[in-house]
Amino acid sequence: MTVLLDIAFWALGLVAVLAGAAVFYVDSMARATYALALSFIAVGLQVLFLQQNYVGVVTILMMVMEMAIMAVYMVMFMGMNPALMPMSMVHDHRAALGVAAATFLGLAAGILVVDWPERRGSPPPDVTVALGEALMGEKMLVMAVISPVMVATIVAGVVLAAHRTRYDRFGDNLKRRPADDPQAGGVGR
Amino acid sequence: MAEPMPMPRSGATDSTIVTVAPGWAVVAVAILGALVVAAAALDGALSARASGEGGGGSGGVARPFGEAARLMRQRRRTTVEADSLLWRAGGGGLLITAVLMVTVIPLGEWTVFDLDVGVMWFNAMDVLVWALVWLTGWGPNSAHSLVGGYRFLAHGLGYELPLMFALVAPAIAAESLNVGEVAAAQEGLWFAVWMPVAFLVYLLGVVAFSVWGPFSPALGTDIAGGARAELAGVDRLVFETGRYALLAAGAAFAVPMFLGGGAGPLLPTWAWVLVKTAAVLAVLVWLRRRVPAFRPDKFMEVGWMVLIPAVLLQDLVVAVVMVGRS
Repeated sequence: MTVLLDIAFWALGLVAVLAGAAVFYVDSMARATYALALSFIAVGLQVLFLQQNYVGVVTILMMVMEMAIMAVYMVMFMGMNPALMPMSMVHDHRAALGVAAATFLGLAAGILVVDWPERRGSPPPDVTVALGEALMGEKMLVMAVISPVMVATIVAGVVLAAHRTRYDRFGDNLKRRPADDPQAGGVGR
Repeated sequence: MAEPMPMPRSGATDSTIVTVAPGWAVVAVAILGALVVAAAALDGALSARASGEGGGGSGGVARPFGEAARLMRQRRRTTVEADSLLWRAGGGGLLITAVLMVTVIPLGEWTVFDLDVGVMWFNAMDVLVWALVWLTGWGPNSAHSLVGGYRFLAHGLGYELPLMFALVAPAIAAESLNVGEVAAAQEGLWFAVWMPVAFLVYLLGVVAFSVWGPFSPALGTDIAGGARAELAGVDRLVFETGRYALLAAGAAFAVPMFLGGGAGPLLPTWAWVLVKTAAVLAVLVWLRRRVPAFRPDKFMEVGWMVLIPAVLLQDLVVAVVMVGRS
């Protein structure tokens, strides 16, 4: 059984790497996007093998959703409508290959050269809780304060980026109801 | 590295969920298949009644069988410059997604996959539908079909967050993401009773990720069938089966989450799960003709301005009740 799980774990790793490489090999936006999604799904399943079930499932959830949205934006915003015709997914071929190979060799050398520590003690019953404690722990207050600031930043960014203001919507004295929108909403604001 | 994977369960295991041998997954798939056939037969009967035909005889119940036979004999359609790999993955993926959803749903005391984060698993699977429907629209290199794919994503932006927050409410009340423990936490009072907003939003989400009823503009006749415009023959059969299977899986998941799982008098627990699932599924099939289509552009605002605040308030109420109890 353990051998089977080992094989499955390494096979998923292989899928993750190959699908990640396919992102740059394929010639279509949709295929590149979903090759990346497949790579993330394989990684998420590998995380399940590390008994970080929550982290693994959330990885799959978030990444698939993100890729579904990313495909839309790629098709929408790339110039010359390349999404609808074959296009290369790489820029500056030679340099990119060199940098990628050097990075890979560097990281792989790191894995082999570093003196990995021996395990002390045994893993806690719930490794997800342990990971959360290790990552956040006493920094929880900081994170709790930062998150509303981040949300406010996102909202402010959207408000600044939108070319229509409330005066466009509600008129100069902000009294016009319902608002004058190019695309009417569903609740009649 | 990859050690054997005992599923750690949070807290004491007070629920009596038994993980069955993997071979029993075949039975789970068979039950899902039976629900699909029943739902399609009910839809056929309701269609026949709505169009005023078939006073006697089968009355449309046999319609899905005839339709399946017709599609099996029909030639598959191919289009110019189609991305067949992504197209077929999208159309066939719906059925696989529904099967993966069903694995974490306990049938009374048995379950195929007793995952400690089963609720998240279900959520991750329903997000897969975003990708699959869009791919079905993208694959055939056809304008109408692509418009359908985008319409589904537009709906998705409106329904997915309310659905996620609706799933949070039972998990808070049960203090667990394990589906069996959520079902066991409803001793005496079903979550559907004291968190009705979450229950209704959940059902809306099920209808939405099945591209069903009010959420079917992605397959609308105004765009020549939308995402399924170019699907013919067995591809169309698999796609339609996948939609029914998602509807059935969503109805089945409502039982442990909101309807007390296998709790009920006289009958054994597994029978109650099936009875409740069939009842929810029948309501969802029936609703198809009763609710008008939600336009994707307008529904977005409904989702964000009405559903998200409503379901967040529901979560707050549940959280306050739980803090008060402890």
